[in-house]
Amino acid sequence: MFETLTDRLNETFARLGRKGRLTEQDVEDAMREVRRALLEADVNFKVAKDFVAAVRERAIGQDVLHSLTPAQTVIGIANEELIRVLGEDGQGLLPPERPPQILMLVGLQGSGKTTHAAKLAVHLRKQGRTPVLVAADVYRPAAVNQLQALGKQIGIPVYEEGTGHDPVDIAANALQFARERGYNPVIIDTAGRLQIDDRLMQELVNIRDRVHPTEILLVADAMTGQEAVSVAQTFNERVGASGLILTKMDGDARGGAALSIRAVTGVPIKFIGTGEKLDALEPFHADRLAGRILGMGDILSLIERAQETTTEEDAVEMQERLFKGQFNLEDFLEQLQKIKQMGPLTQLLEMIPGLGAQMRQAKAEISDDDYKRVEAIIYSMTYDERRNPDVIGRRRTARIAKGSGTSIQEVKQLLKQFEEMKRMMSQMGRMAKKGKMPRGLPFKMG
Amino acid sequence: MILKFFRRKSEPDVQMAQGLEKTRRGVFLEITRLFERDTLDDDLYEELEMLLIQADVGWDVSQKLVADLQARVKQGGITDPLLAREILREEMISLLESASRNRRVKILQRGVPFVIMVVGVNGVGKTTSIAKLAAYHQGFGRNVLIAAGDTFRAAAIDQVQVWGERIGVPVIAHEQGSDPGAIVFDAMQAAHARGVDVLIVDTAGRLHTKHNLMAELSKLRRIMQKTVPEAPQETILVIDATTGQNGLVQAKEFAAAVDISDILIAKLDGTAKGGIAFSVAKELGTPISYVGTGEKATDLAEFRPDTYVDSLFFGEGEGF
Repeated sequence: MFETLTDRLNETFARLGRKGRLTEQDVEDAMREVRRALLEADVNFKVAKDFVAAVRERAIGQDVLHSLTPAQTVIGIANEELIRVLGEDGQGLLPPERPPQILMLVGLQGSGKTTHAAKLAVHLRKQGRTPVLVAADVYRPAAVNQLQALGKQIGIPVYEEGTGHDPVDIAANALQFARERGYNPVIIDTAGRLQIDDRLMQELVNIRDRVHPTEILLVADAMTGQEAVSVAQTFNERVGASGLILTKMDGDARGGAALSIRAVTGVPIKFIGTGEKLDALEPFHADRLAGRILGMGDILSLIERAQETTTEEDAVEMQERLFKGQFNLEDFLEQLQKIKQMGPLTQLLEMIPGLGAQMRQAKAEISDDDYKRVEAIIYSMTYDERRNPDVIGRRRTARIAKGSGTSIQEVKQLLKQFEEMKRMMSQMGRMAKKGKMPRGLPFKMG
Repeated sequence: MILKFFRRKSEPDVQMAQGLEKTRRGVFLEITRLFERDTLDDDLYEELEMLLIQADVGWDVSQKLVADLQARVKQGGITDPLLAREILREEMISLLESASRNRRVKILQRGVPFVIMVVGVNGVGKTTSIAKLAAYHQGFGRNVLIAAGDTFRAAAIDQVQVWGERIGVPVIAHEQGSDPGAIVFDAMQAAHARGVDVLIVDTAGRLHTKHNLMAELSKLRRIMQKTVPEAPQETILVIDATTGQNGLVQAKEFAAAVDISDILIAKLDGTAKGGIAFSVAKELGTPISYVGTGEKATDLAEFRPDTYVDSLFFGEGEGF
């Protein structure tokens, strides 16, 4: 979507570099690009300003002016600075003074509180705990049913009193219930509310003062814009937040809101929600988020997507075949279809870090039709030809081209490239044997 | 490596104004104040840019608005800040209007259900918006039916049903986890059999990055088209007013998958400015047609660019 910061800085410095020496004004231009990257990632404008000031100071200190790779130096500083502001990696949840541990989820409508209450329950049960979920959202239609349905799905009890009671009483009764039955932790799902809704904010204060939660977790959508600061500030001032859960990070939002929230409130980021499945909750990693905010690519997410579409055994088996040079066009077709399931190729390419302008150019020329063309060529081959492309001579090539509605040249090109790829794969296989390659990936791109 | 294979050789304005009141009190009111000064200087432009960014208008559009304003001020030899403010107001309205002009004329035909498909990412307020749209069409005396097409999220069906009961609109639903295509098919049949004027189809929230879920949306469309070739006559993308720059990406991806005809901005009753509307209008030209402003079924208004910009600019309906 957006040009990456790396590209822009490279451009900025390349343009200037030709003059010979970089000046302080050039550094200013670079800072402008850093600021722009942050704003496009939805970092609050005040936070972005302060952040750029800090980067500028360090950049001048580190003498970017004389650096041979000024773009890299600036990005390095910005990245380090981001990681510093984002804070430590996901610290676990605070222990209660006396059990049970009480976790209260608060946030705007639609930020993902109910889903994440369930995710937290699953996460904590894995650690040998016995959580209970509490349905304290009596306003949104069917919110109680939603939590009940989730509880049933994951086999975790849900305490509810329907929609006719005061959420403050529900929370207090739930705590009593948990103490009697030995449930710990108690996870309270509250109704979504606007931070300017005084009555509902007071309700949160009342729940807090009644049950004294161990943690008040603010649930925020990664796609939130400039508003994030006002939301987080108000929730933190009125109710107090001890941690942040950043949700919907499986999308392509840069997640700059997290930086704003962290910088303005100091509330630590504890978890990242990465999908609709109820185990899609991860501890927060500052370095991953920093890279994402700066648009440096996200190879980890790419790997995760690959894993979604293929099983580990399949992947290992395929890799064995690849590395032994036994890979044939049928396997290739299968891989192609798996990539298709992962999403548009253009989007996948964006996740690869350090993909330069040249690559992006190539990307522009690739469309879903290209998938179809390659598929059509392979489909026009007999099974024998697919398993053993060596048998394809001139006449067969002509037939395949005719059958797939392509040209002889296109068929030849595909076959040639396939051979090249096969050869490189077996070279990689030899490297893998020496332990230089990661294992378990179905294919390599790029 | 694989890449190599792909290289080729060769109306209810008052309500909208009320909903926008809190929004207006925020950043845009500051824009009004910004121009209450004696001269047009660089500080003003810089501050203006910041205020626009703060409203989620986005980097590119903010730059453009400010640059256009500067150019027009220079060209016209304008020195009065209030005049400059009027120019800015016009620019902002015309940006939104250029998209509004793309609004398709929709005709309700007797005997042919007018099908509205509602899509969006998770948590933007689709289900609530559907209830509002149903109430909106009921207000015109139309016979409305809702299809509970979100079979994925726990209790999404219950949520639609609760709304249906509240506003007195029948809901076609299967159980959770069933095929949304089957529900759409049944709802299309039911709409015909019952002589329904407007059928509103809910869909599960999906991130625009989930390729196969996006493909599912086009499948739903094809199912509708088997019964009514022109369906869905309206495909509404719901965007949360608090959404930042990702809103534009969402709009692009959804538009690519299902041909979005209209945009509904939900949750505009908070302090969020919904500035992403400007980016969407500029980049995609998709008309913003509705705004959601609260949690009641009646909290829906038709979007009007001038009302939107004006209510953001002025206090309590006063003019220049």
